[in-house]
Amino acid sequence: MDNLILLNTLILGSIGLISALVLYLVSKKFMVETDETTVKIVEILPQANCGGCGKAGCADFATACAKADADVFANLYCPVGGQKVMQKIAEIKGFEVAQKAQTTAVLLCQGTCQNAPAKVVYEAVSSCRVANRISSGQSGCPDGCLRLGDCIKSCKFGALSLNEETGLPIIDSTKCVSCGACAKVCPRGLFEIRPVSQNGSIVYVACRNKQKGATARKNCKSACIACMKCSKINDSIKVENNISYIPADIDVEKFGSELAQNCPTGAIVYRENVRD
Amino acid sequence: MLKISTNPHMQTTRNTKSIMLDVIVALVPAIIASVLFFGADALRVILISITSCVFFEYLACRYWLKIKNSTTDYSAVITGILLAFNLPSTMPCWMIIIGSFMAIIVAKMCFGGIGCNIFNPALVGRVFLFISFPVQMTVWPNPHFLSLFSPDGATGATTLRMLKSMKTSGEISSDMYTIDELPSYLDMFLGNVGGCIGEISALALLLGLAYMLWRKVITWHIPFYYLATVLVMTSILYYTTGNTKFLPMAHLLSGGLMLGAIFMATDYTTSPMTIKGQIIFAICCGFLTVIIRSFSAYPEGVSFAILIMNAFVPLIDKYAVQRYYGEKK
Amino acid sequence: MTRKYTFSMGGIHPDKFKITSNCPIEDAGLPEMVYIPVKQHIGSSAKIMVNKGDKVKVGTLIADADGIVSSDVHSSVSGEVIKIEDVAGSTGYEEKMITIKVEGDEWEESIDRSDKIIKEINFTPEEIVKKIREAGIVGMGGAGYPTPIKTSLPEGKKADILIVNGIECEPFLTADDRLMVERAEQIIIGARIINKALGIQNAIIAIDENKPNAIATLTALCKLYIGVNVRVCKTKYPQGGEKQLIKAITGKELPSGKLPFDMGCVVQNVATVHAVYEAVMKNKPLFERIVTVSGDGIEYPSNYRVRVGTPISYLIDRAGGMNENVSKIILGGPMMGNAIVNHSAPTTKLTSGVLLFKEDKISKKEASACIRCGKCTQVCPAGLRPFAIKQAVVYSGPTDELRKLHAGDCIECGCCAYSCPANIPLLDYCKIAKQEIRKK
Repeated sequence: MDNLILLNTLILGSIGLISALVLYLVSKKFMVETDETTVKIVEILPQANCGGCGKAGCADFATACAKADADVFANLYCPVGGQKVMQKIAEIKGFEVAQKAQTTAVLLCQGTCQNAPAKVVYEAVSSCRVANRISSGQSGCPDGCLRLGDCIKSCKFGALSLNEETGLPIIDSTKCVSCGACAKVCPRGLFEIRPVSQNGSIVYVACRNKQKGATARKNCKSACIACMKCSKINDSIKVENNISYIPADIDVEKFGSELAQNCPTGAIVYRENVRD
Repeated sequence: MLKISTNPHMQTTRNTKSIMLDVIVALVPAIIASVLFFGADALRVILISITSCVFFEYLACRYWLKIKNSTTDYSAVITGILLAFNLPSTMPCWMIIIGSFMAIIVAKMCFGGIGCNIFNPALVGRVFLFISFPVQMTVWPNPHFLSLFSPDGATGATTLRMLKSMKTSGEISSDMYTIDELPSYLDMFLGNVGGCIGEISALALLLGLAYMLWRKVITWHIPFYYLATVLVMTSILYYTTGNTKFLPMAHLLSGGLMLGAIFMATDYTTSPMTIKGQIIFAICCGFLTVIIRSFSAYPEGVSFAILIMNAFVPLIDKYAVQRYYGEKK
Repeated sequence: MTRKYTFSMGGIHPDKFKITSNCPIEDAGLPEMVYIPVKQHIGSSAKIMVNKGDKVKVGTLIADADGIVSSDVHSSVSGEVIKIEDVAGSTGYEEKMITIKVEGDEWEESIDRSDKIIKEINFTPEEIVKKIREAGIVGMGGAGYPTPIKTSLPEGKKADILIVNGIECEPFLTADDRLMVERAEQIIIGARIINKALGIQNAIIAIDENKPNAIATLTALCKLYIGVNVRVCKTKYPQGGEKQLIKAITGKELPSGKLPFDMGCVVQNVATVHAVYEAVMKNKPLFERIVTVSGDGIEYPSNYRVRVGTPISYLIDRAGGMNENVSKIILGGPMMGNAIVNHSAPTTKLTSGVLLFKEDKISKKEASACIRCGKCTQVCPAGLRPFAIKQAVVYSGPTDELRKLHAGDCIECGCCAYSCPANIPLLDYCKIAKQEIRKK
């Protein structure tokens, strides 16, 4: 009986020992060399793996940071972690970090169910990418929001939600990290990452319709009709292809409300305190 | 107002509900057979099982998952019938309800309802009852053709139990059987044998299979390969060892094999999607069934075999991919 | 019992509804105004050759091919060019169109308008290709690939069989069917012309077995011509797909990314072949085609000979007008056609049908949960797994995963969505997958 116990102990013990040995050898053989700096940076990163930085994921971004010299590093930015995270990474690397302006995604369309009423019924899978391919959309505007919410599904930070009344997505700029996922997924490129001014205001032309004014107005009340009024207020504003574009570096505090008030169709949007 | 939509603009008239109804119609011959041989008791088991399955699914949809009521697609009815088919006609009502609970709530709704379950709900219910209440689950009343209630309440052994304890030459034991005591193949085929209420009549089940094939609910692959594997394996064992416990035709016609191969293993959700995968799945089921029947303590192995293979379905689906067009293999 | 040819992988059998197969081709007549898009083909838009106010005749070149993969566009009416600008097309998107006000019906003198069938082919291959190019012929089955490219052999390639696609597997459509019955001899000669251009000896006209009239007419006539034969194919959708037809006729599968030329095959639609005959023998450019107007939303379903650029609404009026409750107008067949937004848009060289449907018949049913029946994989003629593609799209997996599932090989035939018992719009997901793959 005693022998049996001893035998069992020995057998089981040796199995355990051999397994441990195999595990050890395998882990030695297949060990991945990781840089200490990379590991440290990975720990700081938000681990959203959103790809907003342009890299494949957080680990990839960390590797890039670890390898980067000062010049390359200046071009690396984690939109999710923002300034705070970049500051910490810069400390590890011993670099100075340049101040970057706060940004947010904005929707360049105001084709709400009221402004641009539906002319046809859309009856297929609820996806803008499909709708964009088969027709100009419910409202008929070939460049407007399709109101099917691919962007909302693409947002990993809950910054986008559907406004049931208007049909358009609402952007919660306090949650938006400017990762650009919505801009990538929108088949009509209706998102722009724009800087927010020091006092937290923003101004932009919320229309991308390239049709002539009259045609555009037929489909949507708040379309840009290229009337050039805004470019008279500030000559850095250019009107091309029947749409006006307000450059990102415009002095929002000075011109913002004036531009919005003078736009005859209300295509120019001026918002204050977007970060609150 | 015009509608815009993507192609195709035509759709088949088949939907989940009509497919489920077809399966129910295919189960009707077996229901009739069970009532013919076990009388009102069989009907009681079936009705209680269906009612409780539908009721549990309704409750789960309404109060727990808060989703659209999914009982209208009749899948719960099928689960109910199949669970009842796997029980003896003497099963107490409360045990049937427990089995239904396991089948619907644990095996189906816990995974997210129709289409999401990994294991066949009816089989989970059966196996749970089988392990929890082994005594009640192995009482087999003798068939009593065309009488409403069992005249004498006599019970007996199933064919598989007899096969399991087959007398080999020289042994003398009172609880062993000889080959002469086995029911005739005709009885097995028609269903005049002891067993679970739905599994006894191979004829009724085959009629159901024919209907499902005609209505294109299933393809012939799973039932054929399952049954063929069992037949081939038992034949090999029988002719190499000469042991009567491997009697091939007896194995094919008795126990839950027909029911399992035709209705359980072909369940859409818990079987592979490609024909290739289905063939692998069916052959493995057949293999496991024979192994369990021949070499384990249990006389019957169909439910265990199918449940084990259910667990492998995602793996089979991943690797048993059909050939892409233009791809050479 | 002769062997019936078909493809082996997937396929479905939708109801045929070929209600117009016995309606002779009628002339649709001339609308007041035609809108001729300058891009009716794959490739770059044609360069506009006319100005506002110019007078044009039927068959006048109004836009010139820009590059190899492009095609000429001819006026389909005589009259005055009144506008050249962006007009909303059938999808609602704007396209560059030439608007011509119809005045009389004066044809270019070079066009031979007689009914005489010319059988002798006295042209060199180069001349044939040149004539096809000048006639602006494109693949009229729906793809719109410029035909001159498909009738001139690429360097180092050899073709040994021409397959004339007379399958028309889409329900409702009968345009090709009628053309084969009424213009059988022209089609046979057209096939011989293409054969001559490519140096091929054999041409096979593939016809579905549900077109007995066309089969009888063509089989009888083929006896008079050497090297042109009819093959009857089993009715199965999507047999008219190029890859499926090649498999049905030759038994060979075209690997992903290869062209039919790589396997020594050329596939041409019957309407294209007919247009080739008219272009080469009669100097008639491609400016009219046969269009089926059908569906349960139209009073008199018919087959029309329609000038390119005729507004769809004109055709609908011609066929007795729209019934009440029409909820969908489809350009093309019900399986692969598009539901359109704007019915004042024009027909093009590629419009094979205009179908009108009432509400109840065609509206999509609500999708329910996938029951993993595997029907979609069993019917997919490309051997894909639509349910897996759907999963990958819904959970927005990496694009590599979509590529591994061969989503790019989807031919968008709609078999998966047609046969899904849970009414899941599987094809929509496949389309998203294709877009995602193309993006990267």
